[in-house]
Amino acid sequence: MYNFDFERPKSVADAVKALQTEEAQPLGGGQTLIPTLKQRLAMPSKLVSLAGIDEIKGVCKDDQNRLCIGGGTVHRVIAEKAMSEGFPGLTGLASKIGDPAVRNRGTIGGSLANNDPSACYPAAAMATGATIVTDRREIAADDYFKGLFETALEEGEIITEVKMPIPEASAYMKFEQPASRFPLVGVFVARFSDRVGVGVTGASESGVFRWTEAERALGSDFSADAVKGLSVPADGMISDLHGTAEYRAHLVGVMTRRAVAAAQ
Amino acid sequence: MPKDTGIGASPKRREDVRFLTGDGNYTDDINVHGQAYVHFLRSDVAHGRITSIDTAEAGAMPGVVRVFTGKDFEGVGSIPCGWQVTGRDGKPMQEPAHPVLAQGKVRHVGDPIAAVVADTPAQARDAAEAIMVDIEDLPAVVDMKAAVADGATKVHDDLENNLCYDWGFVEDNRDAVDKAIKDAAHVTTLELVNNRLVANPMEPRVAVGVWEKGTDNYTLYTTSQNPHVIRLLMGAFVLGIPEHKLRVVAPDVGGGFGTKIFHYAEEAFCTFAAKACRRPVKWTASRSEAFMSDAHGRDHVTKIELALDADHNFTAVRTETYANMGAYLSTFAPSVPTWLHGTLMAGNYRTPLIYVNVKAVFTNTVPVDAYRGAGRPEATFQLERVIDKAARELGVDPIELRRKNFITEFPYATPVAVEYDTGDYPATMDKLSEIADLSGFDARRKESEAKGKWRGLGVNCYIEACGIAPSNLVGQLGARAGLYESATVRVNATGGITVMTGSHSHGQGHETSFPQVIAEMIGIDESMVEIVHGDTANTPMGMGTYGSRSIAVGGSAMVRAAEKVVNKAKKIAAHLLEASDSDIELKEGKFSVAGTDKSVAWGDVTLAAYVPHNYPLEDIEPGLEETAFYDPANFTYPSGAYACEVEVDPETGQVTIERFAAADDFGNVINPMIVSGQVHGGIAQGVGQALLENCSYDSEGQLLSASYMDYAMPRAADLPMFTVDHSCQTPCTHNPLGVKGCGEAGAIGSPPSVVNAVIDALHSGGCKIDHIDMPLTPSRVWAAMTGAAAAGHGTAEGRSVGGEV
Ligand SMILES: Cc1cc2nc3c(=O)[nH]c(=O)nc-3n(C[C@H](O)[C@H](O)[C@H](O)COP(=O)(O)OP(=O)(O)OC[C@H]3O[C@@H](n4cnc5c(N)ncnc54)[C@H](O)[C@@H]3O)c2cc1C
Repeated sequence: MYNFDFERPKSVADAVKALQTEEAQPLGGGQTLIPTLKQRLAMPSKLVSLAGIDEIKGVCKDDQNRLCIGGGTVHRVIAEKAMSEGFPGLTGLASKIGDPAVRNRGTIGGSLANNDPSACYPAAAMATGATIVTDRREIAADDYFKGLFETALEEGEIITEVKMPIPEASAYMKFEQPASRFPLVGVFVARFSDRVGVGVTGASESGVFRWTEAERALGSDFSADAVKGLSVPADGMISDLHGTAEYRAHLVGVMTRRAVAAAQ
Repeated sequence: MPKDTGIGASPKRREDVRFLTGDGNYTDDINVHGQAYVHFLRSDVAHGRITSIDTAEAGAMPGVVRVFTGKDFEGVGSIPCGWQVTGRDGKPMQEPAHPVLAQGKVRHVGDPIAAVVADTPAQARDAAEAIMVDIEDLPAVVDMKAAVADGATKVHDDLENNLCYDWGFVEDNRDAVDKAIKDAAHVTTLELVNNRLVANPMEPRVAVGVWEKGTDNYTLYTTSQNPHVIRLLMGAFVLGIPEHKLRVVAPDVGGGFGTKIFHYAEEAFCTFAAKACRRPVKWTASRSEAFMSDAHGRDHVTKIELALDADHNFTAVRTETYANMGAYLSTFAPSVPTWLHGTLMAGNYRTPLIYVNVKAVFTNTVPVDAYRGAGRPEATFQLERVIDKAARELGVDPIELRRKNFITEFPYATPVAVEYDTGDYPATMDKLSEIADLSGFDARRKESEAKGKWRGLGVNCYIEACGIAPSNLVGQLGARAGLYESATVRVNATGGITVMTGSHSHGQGHETSFPQVIAEMIGIDESMVEIVHGDTANTPMGMGTYGSRSIAVGGSAMVRAAEKVVNKAKKIAAHLLEASDSDIELKEGKFSVAGTDKSVAWGDVTLAAYVPHNYPLEDIEPGLEETAFYDPANFTYPSGAYACEVEVDPETGQVTIERFAAADDFGNVINPMIVSGQVHGGIAQGVGQALLENCSYDSEGQLLSASYMDYAMPRAADLPMFTVDHSCQTPCTHNPLGVKGCGEAGAIGSPPSVVNAVIDALHSGGCKIDHIDMPLTPSRVWAAMTGAAAAGHGTAEGRSVGGEV
């Protein structure tokens, strides 16, 4: 680690102010950022911890039947609350991130801000058509994710809340990369009264995406069979030590079918 | 009735209490007053010429004590290799220099270029980043077959080429083997890769070097499996410090698996720098450093041919292996693919003719050396895989084919120069069949199929040569050391016993099992015996722990020393009892005169030895302490039969292990619980190799699997509950305990059964696939099933370390 200053504000407004220093960076649960710092791969001048800001923690339901998750809410709390608010698909997702230590510290805001191509939440955000709320604006999921580790966030912008429409049925299928246990391919399927969302993470070289072809097919027939004949092209899929592009493309189909079956 | 004390009992491991409650004393727990810290600047390219190093800025940074480069080590020796292999041409292997810090060239990612000693670790790291190094990139040599092709870039400019040696064994059998293969009724050929592994002990390596100005004595605290060996290698070959001026301490060590046998540059650096800086110098490896500086394991590319006659008797085996040495020769590296591998090619079978060819190759990768099993897993894997393939080709039951060819008479001299003393291979196979419930397999397969899964059964045998090894024999084979072991049994005045052993415990439980032997011999409570190991200052010269040798060789030395103690104690008892020492019996901690009720207690005799008032001083010395060195007469040959059942998900290629059973013959067993634990750990590592672990380089020599994000370790959830049994016991005939050793068996025996099982499952699903290279990741299995090209899969290519798609 290189040296850095540290602040722990109590409000979003103070955090935004603290982040105005050049090269200042927010610190969520630190589950991604701290290892990066330890390897000296980042050199922020200041870390602004969001852990003391109560207004961005917690989960509730709004009048549009959206699950409103504070940006500073940890995975464990999301797993618990999503269940009691009738969103088991999100519970399934959050409860399989990392291990208990990671789930008790890592936050949804940190995960969405980081936008790792293998992160789980982006799949749910895309499938449900979530809204990312920041200290200054609201961004639709479709406009938020900009590729690998790239988002619409500006310098010093803080994710304060994520609003996810609660589907009638949903499921997340995560095929684990054997070493990191992040998804090699993860598919979130969400069925609403008027549409179906399919968010795919881990697979594409351009990051999380919606598999619109599958969404259409499932919109008229929400069954595993409806997507049986569909496939995503291997072109543009990630190829690495753990799986070829062809394999990932294949898994997108398998995981989608399984998610649909689980969401029945 | 299971015993509750002595040999055969299963007392809980006494050392675990301190390990599990944070009271262990590991090398990183050792802090010496005034110590400074070193940070190594390591190469981030695989191969290059160092054109300049500028340390001026680094040297002026806060807290920096001194910056070292290769120049500072010009007068210092090379990190030595402990084994010289002679090639088919009769010439000794090519042996490159291995500098402490790079001299002129870097040869693998992680090769240390410079070192900064500073007041704090952070200051040392800051300054290391300020060192300016110019490196002219050279092509990386990664692919083994390309490395030995004409005109290949040389890893070492001063060697003839990248071929360390070309070894043939047994060279005299070569023509006969060729002929037998030509004349055979059937020949099965298999090409395979034995994947490169990173040992990953839980505790990374640490070294603390200390030099005392007043005495000119050095101390090195280090994470080693064999402190005496480090003292000898580093003292005599690298730094020129005589052994009586150098103490090496390996305190609690958190796992080794072979990778902590070897003498490493960092140990020599800290010891050297302690004097140069006039301060103790400490180094603690980060996990990232461990990945690129701990010796790796395995990494063989092999072609094996098995010849059979019309009755399915094995008539010959021929193998050709390329073995990766990495960039330098690590301590035991040359012996692993040769004497620890070729000598095992007979396995459990009566194959009259065997020829093994091994080409050891230098590449721009981390040095490769012994890892749990060392050579024997590589031998077992290819043999047990090719037998399975032969059975399938011939349409016969793979177990029956094995049984038909079992060695059944002992001693048995193999055509690869070793003599098995005992064994009963049909017995372990029968036991396996029972504990694995092989007859229930078909029903379980149907259940799996009903769930949409393909189920496979893989069975194999293994033999290993451990308890290494007779010194005169290994000397002939090129070892530059003896492989005896030693022990001092020190009986204290009040009867308690301290055993100082050259064996080193780093997870094996010696502190529990060794006292069981002493307790059995004398008839006292185990709590009266304490084991001391790991410090050259207070233990006799020992060769350390590896090759499943501790109880077989170290334990035997302890028995010999204890026998001397008992003999002397009997003389003292005879004096006290006014009887002849030939009439004295020792039982349950009491010396008695045979046929009488006269007796003295163990404690009375030990007290007399140290308070010799009523004592035969004219005949025997006071005190009760004996040392013995034990040089084994032969290797020991544990053997067994393993069975694995897997399910394969036909949609994803994902393999899950559903059942695993191991029937081992370890000869006599001292502590069955510890033995089971050793087998469990070994199987976990074997399953890791078979399904998960893959140390992979790209074609530029960059380490792709450089952290746990990409290097997959087995976890509890990857494994089923194991069924292990070691009730089949054919005691070793040549050591006093009749023990064979159990530390490596699990890692040797399990990879082929896992792969055999997966291939069986695929066949049951209609995928007629001969082989998939380890690790059998979902991606590779799926690719094999669908005929797609997969990362690193296919027939054995020269580049075993591949992974890049
Ligand atoms: C062992 C392990 C396993 C894991 N497995 C998975 C997995 O399977 N699936 C998965 O999805 N993730 C996984 N993760 C990642 C985990 O979910 C992290 O918690 C998450 O990626 C980052 O969240 P954080 O709160 O820890 O963010 P931090 O690490 O603190 O920050 C990450 C980045 O986000 C920024 N940031 C943090 N909070 C905010 C905010 N509110 N607004 C704007 N920017 C912010 C930081 O500046 C930084 O750039 C794993 C992590 C570990 C250590």
